[in-house]
Formats: sequence, structure tokens, C-alpha cells
Amino acid sequence: MGLLSRKVTCNSHGQDSSYFLGWQEYEKNPYDEVKNPKGIIQMGLAENQLSFDLLESWLAKNPEAASFKRDGQSIFKELALFQDYHGLPAFKKALVDFMSEIRGNKVTFDTNNIVLTAGATSANETLMFCLAEKGDAFLLPTPYYPGFDRDLKWRTGAEIVPIVCSSSNGFKITESALEEAYQEAQRRNLRVKGVLVTNPSNPLGTTMTRTELDLLVNFISDKEIHLISDEIYAGTVFSSPAFISIMEVLKDRKLESSQVWERVHVVYSLSKDLGLPGFRVGAIYSNDPIVVAAATKMSSFGLVSSQTQFLLSAMLSDKKFTKEYLSKNHKRLQKRQNKLVSGLEKAGVSCLESNAGLFCWVDMRHLLSSNTFEAEMELWKRIVYDVKLNISPGSSCHCTEPGWFRVCFANMSEDTLKLAMQRLKSFVSSITINNQSHQELKNTRRKNRNKWVFRLSFQSFHDREQEER
Amino acid sequence: MVAISKIATGNGHGENSPYFDGWKAYEANPFHPTDRPDGVIQMGLAENQLCFSLIKKWVMQHPEASLCSAEGVDRFKETALFQDYHGMPEFRQAVAKFMGKVRGDRVKFDPDRIVMSGGATGAHEMVAFCLADPGEAFLVPTPYYPGFDRDLRWRTGVQLVPVVCESWNNFKITRNALEAAYEKATKANLRVKGLLITNPSNPLGTVLDRDTLRSVVKFIDEKNIHLIGDEIYAATVFMEPEFVSISEIIEEVECNRDLIHIVYSLSKDMGFPGFRVGIVYSYNDAVVSCARKMSSFGLVSSQTQHLIASMLSNDEFVDSFIAESKDQLSKRHKYFTWNLSQVGIGSLKSNAGLFIWMDLRKLLKEKTFDAEMDLWRVIINEVKLNVSPGSSFHCNEPGWFRVCFANMDDHTMEVALSRIRTFMLKHNEAMVPRKLCRRSSLKLSFSRRRDDLMSPSIMSPHSPIPQSPLVRART
Repeated sequence: MGLLSRKVTCNSHGQDSSYFLGWQEYEKNPYDEVKNPKGIIQMGLAENQLSFDLLESWLAKNPEAASFKRDGQSIFKELALFQDYHGLPAFKKALVDFMSEIRGNKVTFDTNNIVLTAGATSANETLMFCLAEKGDAFLLPTPYYPGFDRDLKWRTGAEIVPIVCSSSNGFKITESALEEAYQEAQRRNLRVKGVLVTNPSNPLGTTMTRTELDLLVNFISDKEIHLISDEIYAGTVFSSPAFISIMEVLKDRKLESSQVWERVHVVYSLSKDLGLPGFRVGAIYSNDPIVVAAATKMSSFGLVSSQTQFLLSAMLSDKKFTKEYLSKNHKRLQKRQNKLVSGLEKAGVSCLESNAGLFCWVDMRHLLSSNTFEAEMELWKRIVYDVKLNISPGSSCHCTEPGWFRVCFANMSEDTLKLAMQRLKSFVSSITINNQSHQELKNTRRKNRNKWVFRLSFQSFHDREQEER
Repeated sequence: MVAISKIATGNGHGENSPYFDGWKAYEANPFHPTDRPDGVIQMGLAENQLCFSLIKKWVMQHPEASLCSAEGVDRFKETALFQDYHGMPEFRQAVAKFMGKVRGDRVKFDPDRIVMSGGATGAHEMVAFCLADPGEAFLVPTPYYPGFDRDLRWRTGVQLVPVVCESWNNFKITRNALEAAYEKATKANLRVKGLLITNPSNPLGTVLDRDTLRSVVKFIDEKNIHLIGDEIYAATVFMEPEFVSISEIIEEVECNRDLIHIVYSLSKDMGFPGFRVGIVYSYNDAVVSCARKMSSFGLVSSQTQHLIASMLSNDEFVDSFIAESKDQLSKRHKYFTWNLSQVGIGSLKSNAGLFIWMDLRKLLKEKTFDAEMDLWRVIINEVKLNVSPGSSFHCNEPGWFRVCFANMDDHTMEVALSRIRTFMLKHNEAMVPRKLCRRSSLKLSFSRRRDDLMSPSIMSPHSPIPQSPLVRART
């Protein structure tokens, strides 16, 4: 009889996945320009480190927000005592305005519908507790963020059924894939409660098309299920096509009074767009007041520190700052992504065309020894241990095709990225040379073998002839 | 159409309990000394507001503790990026040191066993997820903090079985009560996974004596169930007897350490509920490992970790804070309970916590919980004090109320006391025995004397009564 819960002993925390194992290897031997130049370069962490100077300069110009002061008065005590799960009103206002700004002000968000949580990790789990229970499933397009296995399933008991997307159409969601996933859930005796999409996508780095979004709205409408749109990367869209939020689609289709309106929920966070994962700022936005009410109460288990709410309410209310930040950040992301893409090209590696996110979805299928996940793991291990780059294998993202890898570009300096690309280039060349020479060797051997077989057979024919004669 | 989950639509959040009704009444009409002098005074919130001046002073003198000041901004980037669920080493070390100091340095805490959580609220839920599966149960001595119904049960599916404690022996946790609860659970086909104790106790404000603690540890060891010690009020022990932590007892009593877990937070001891600093400290490696992974759902903001690490690693500050806090709590407790006794209101003798367990049994029309609710409504609506009725703490006996005293300034305390006096005056007048009515002159003088004693003007801060600690404090 177990003394601890099943949750302790099972694997649903997902941390035995290669996604996390790569991190562990990195931690044992992390690259440092000076102290450890031969170490592993971390390219498996989707962090935005490109715009801290903008945040730091804002802090320097705004000392009050920093030191618990408002209008010259210390508000330390008020903040220290503030544990209202409705959240600091000024912060919620600033946050919804920021969310709106990111969406080109094409949609507005109501502060009454937003729930603050300790990061998107908590937001996703909380939403799942509100919408699903054991025996229920959510459909997720593959490939998807490995953390969802933990966030959506571990403590909630809910299941994930994949909507299989393939490279044949750039991993876009199709109607048949949706239907197939729905049927699969039925076959597994699971009740489908909804669909969860990440838009912009992690790990693809692409924004969803209007066609896909319309498809989703139709699908959830038809099946009368929920839709969760994790829009945590909304502020990282650095080139066209423009980001279209699910809220925009509902608005454009005039669905505000429809039944589907209350079944659409958005998850957000400041971890990617502002690069502040340590501050644990997440949010659930829902048009269903029951979900908002339940999620608000649940947020007690992971509220945002009042100290952090106060700092960020000051920062995000500064519209001049947010405008400048978003614009500069986009430019830097685009530039950096271009550097990764061209670096990969030089190494003879292509990637999915992307316009968002902090990573690229890289195609290394041609480097696999065989079209299998074993070969993908083999290749991944070589890249981590020999090439010393921690990248994330597609299988950890539940991709159904071996050979794809997620490679992050915004969590390191430009020089480090350059070095990473050099290492990759050398590695790919060496494989190619090896493959070439291996191929040549194979060809030579085949020629020799053929000669030998010919001689033998000729000989025997000759011999036979001789015998028969 | 698919519904949302049962968890979302059910009542497991516990907010339909009267504990929260009082809050709602307060929120609708909160007391303010000038803007709303007739508003409801909040005495249902266990907050520690007595030591902020000391903390503020420290914060002002240490701008580097704030990430965003000129002195601290060098650490901004690395802190803003730090989301490692192990938590900052300096944060864990500072918290471990603080926990040790609060226990008089009689035990040492290992920083590597410190796991973060979203406040003690998050810590309790996390521990429940780690130790029990849906349908299994924890034993909890009554009366207990109403939030446990939500924290331990709501999303986990775990059940709570009360260990009934009674007023005749000051609500002590007896071996008999523990056994009875265990048997009751077993008969109901519930698998008991653990026992949760809060020490110092909420709502009693008392500490568990050594013998009780030893008996508790022996009990869980024998039954091979977990012991969770919520020690969130550890630094609020302002008077003898001394606080004895579970961490100390396990050094004296043989037991399986894999069963021992402590929940802690800075919300009460330091008065920082807004910063959401919850801690799970387990002696069980598997629990530490699992809890750490689960802590992803409620990590402490790195900005806050940085502030707390700076603050709590400052020995001078910590020592003076712990001493000052005890002193302020002691003074406030003494003043409050003394004034209550002057109007005939008693409470359980207590030496810790931010509240008293007030005994209003004799004010009940009858010994029922309905009568308790009636009395409570009067206190909220007429006396305009939000206090927490014992039934919301699952007390088995009606008439007890938890009344907080550390979450207000001196003036508000005076207003609260004067309202209580007025109420008791009215109540006592209504209760004047019939025989006194015949001796009219006596009755008059009797009532005048009562008036002198109880009228607010005499009991004000300018009261001639020399023992008033409040008067002493002002000179």
C-alpha cells in the first residue's frame, strides 16, 4: 500500500521527458563565454533576453515604482497586506490595456473577466480544473509545448488527445485532423471537453491563419465544447502575417451574443512578451462569469505577489513605454530570428517559415540515419553531447514526424548564437562528409562485390559450359 | 452542451461559509475613522499589522533589496529570468535561518528541504496532493481554520475527519480523541493518510505542550500516517509557555521521519500575506522532490524572493523584529483581554496567534448553533464588528468566537472596545435580575455605578485606570 499519493510515484509531471533531460545536461556543463567556452549552449529555453535594457532604463526613470512608493508615500504596508484574489485593480487595468495594445487595439478586454495566476503554468492548470475532470479530454494540435502534459493532466486527471498536424501543409490544423482527434477520444472512452491551441504556436513560431481560427470556431460550435487559446507569445509577432487573436475572430463574426462566446478562454502571461518569467505573472481571460468566479477562487493557490503587481501596474500603465518596448522588441526579435535562419541555412539546415515566438522549428530530417524516433533520439544525443547544443527534439513536443527540433534564439547573446551556428555547421559537414565517404565506400564495395559476383557467375557458367560440353 | 467541471460549479471553495459572510458584510461597509466611523470593524482577519514601522525602516535603509532601485537594478535581469523551481539559494538559506531563529535556534533547517508554494494556502493543497489520493482522508483537530476545507479538499478530492476537542479541557488534543477520529474514518471506509495540526493553534491562540506533541507523534508513527504541522504562527508566541515545534519533538521521540512535514509562511509572522511566501518543509525526500515539481503551479515571485532573502539574512534586523513583534502582540493581547474581562467577557487563555477565542456561551439564548448564528448576526449588524463564529471553525460547542486583535491601530481597537462595552451594557441591563427592582434606590445606584464603569468616556485613553497599557505606551 503506497504511503504517498499516486501523483508522487507516477510520471505525469513529465519531467522524465527529453525536454527536461536536455536542461539537466546543460545544467551540468553550461556554456560561459569566459569560464566554460566548451560548455553546452542552451537553445532549449524559450526566454526573451533581448530587451532587458529597455526595462532597466524604465526602472531607472521610475524609482517610485521600485521602492514601494506612490506619490512620495510609502505603500509598503498596503502592498504587504494586499492578498485579495481579485487582484490589484490598477494592475488588472494596465494588463488588459497591454493585451489590447498587443492586438492592435482591435479587441478590448474587461477587467472583470480577468483572473491573475502565478504564471501561465498555473493559469492552464486552473482552467483545466474548471473545465475538465477525470474521464475528460482536451484536443491539442501537435506539436505542442511539452509542459502541457504536466500542466493540463498531472493533478487534474484530464487527458490530452492529439490533433495530428503534419509538415505536408506546414503543420496547419485541418478539419479532418480535428474530426479524427475527436473520434480517437471517443474510441478511448474520453469525453471531449474542448480544444486548446497555442497561438502564436510553440514550438512552430507561426501565427494561426484566419482559416484555421474560423475552422476552430466552427468545430467547437458544432461540438458545443470549449476553446482555450494560449496567447502567451502574442507580443512576439515580429513580421507578417499579423497576429489574429481568437477574440478578434469572434468579434468579426459577431458572435458576442452567441453560446460559443462563453466557451472561449484566453491564457496570457508576461513571461515571454516582457521576458519576466521569474515574476510569475499569468492570467486567465474568460467570457463565462462562472469560470471567472471559480478560477478567481482557485487563484488563491497561486496569486501574483502584490509587490510584483504594483511594479508592473506602474510599468504597463506607461503607454509611452509599452509602445516603445513592443516596437523595439519586435525589431530585435526579427533581426535575431533572421540570424538563426541564415546560420542554419549555411549549415545546410532549413526550418519552418516563422513570424513569431522565441524559437524556430528546424528540419533535420535529412540528418537522420533512418526515418524513426530512435534515429531522432540518436541525433539529439549527438547534438547535446557532441555538438554541445541543448535543443528540443520534436518527439518531446509530440510531433508525429521524426527529425524536427525546436531551437531557441532569444535567450543568448549574438556572439553565442554565432558560435552555436558554427558548431552546428561543423557537425552537419562532418555528417555529410561521413555520409559521403560512407556512401562512396558503399559504392566502391558494391562495385567490387558486383565484379566478384560477375566473375564467379561467369566462371561457373564457363565451368558449366565446359561440363556440359 | 458540455458543462464545466463539478469542482468549478460545486461548493468546495467553501465561500458559502459564514466565515466569509462576515467578510462580505465588512466589505460592504468597512470602518474608517473619519470617512465611515459607523462602518464594520474587521476583527475576522488574522493579520499582523503591529510591526510595520520596523519593517518599513529596514526597507528604506536597504534600497538594494528592491530590484528596481539604482542599488538593486544590477540584479534585475537575472532575477526577472529566474524561474527555477528550486528557488533562489539565498532565499532558501534566509528562510531556513529565520525558521531556526523563531524556534530559538533549538533546531536547524536544511535549505535544500525548503520548497516554495503560493502562500500557505498553496502549500497545504500541494501537501495534500502529495500525500493522499482522492477519497482518502486527513484527521484535523477541531476547532480548525475554515480555509482547510478548501485548501485540503477542494481540488484534491481528499476528505477531512474532525478530531473533536472540547472546552472542558481547553480543547486539548487527547489520545482518545485521535483514536475516536481514526476509528470513525475507518468505519466510514476512509483510508486515513495523515493528521494535520496547527501549532500554535488557529483559532485557539494556544501552543501544544510537549506531552501532547509527543503523544501526537507516537500516534502517527504507530498508525503509520503522516503528520503535517502547520506552524504558520510560530513567531507570534508572545508569552510562556514556549513554542515547541514538531522539528524539535522528532529529535526526542523515535519516529519514521518520512512521515513528518511542516507547512510555513511569512503571512502571519512577518505580516506579508500579499507577497505569497509559502513553504513546504518535508523530512521525506520523495515528497520534497514531488512538491518541488508541483511548486511550478505557485512559485514565489523572484522579485519577492530577492527582497525576503535580503531582509531575512540580516541577523540584526531579524532578531529585533522577532523581539519587537512579540512585545507588541503581548501588549495588544493584554490590553484587549483585560478590557473584555472588565465587561464580563472571557476568552480561552492564550499566548500566541493574532486573535483570541472569545467565550460568549452565556450570551446565547440557548445552547445551539442557531443561537450562535443569531448572536453573530447581532454582532455584525448591530455592534458592527466582524468576528468569526465558532461553527465556521467546526467547533463542537456553540458560543465561541474568534476575534482578531492585531490587524488594527490603537484608535480602531478603542472604538471596537467601546462598541463591545455598549453592547454588554445593553445586554446586562436586559439581564438585570427581578429582585433588584424592588429596592429602587439601590437599583439606581447600582446602574449608575455600572454606567460609570462602562461608559466610553471613562474607559477612553484618558482613563484614570493606571494599569492601562495603552496610556503607558503613549507617555
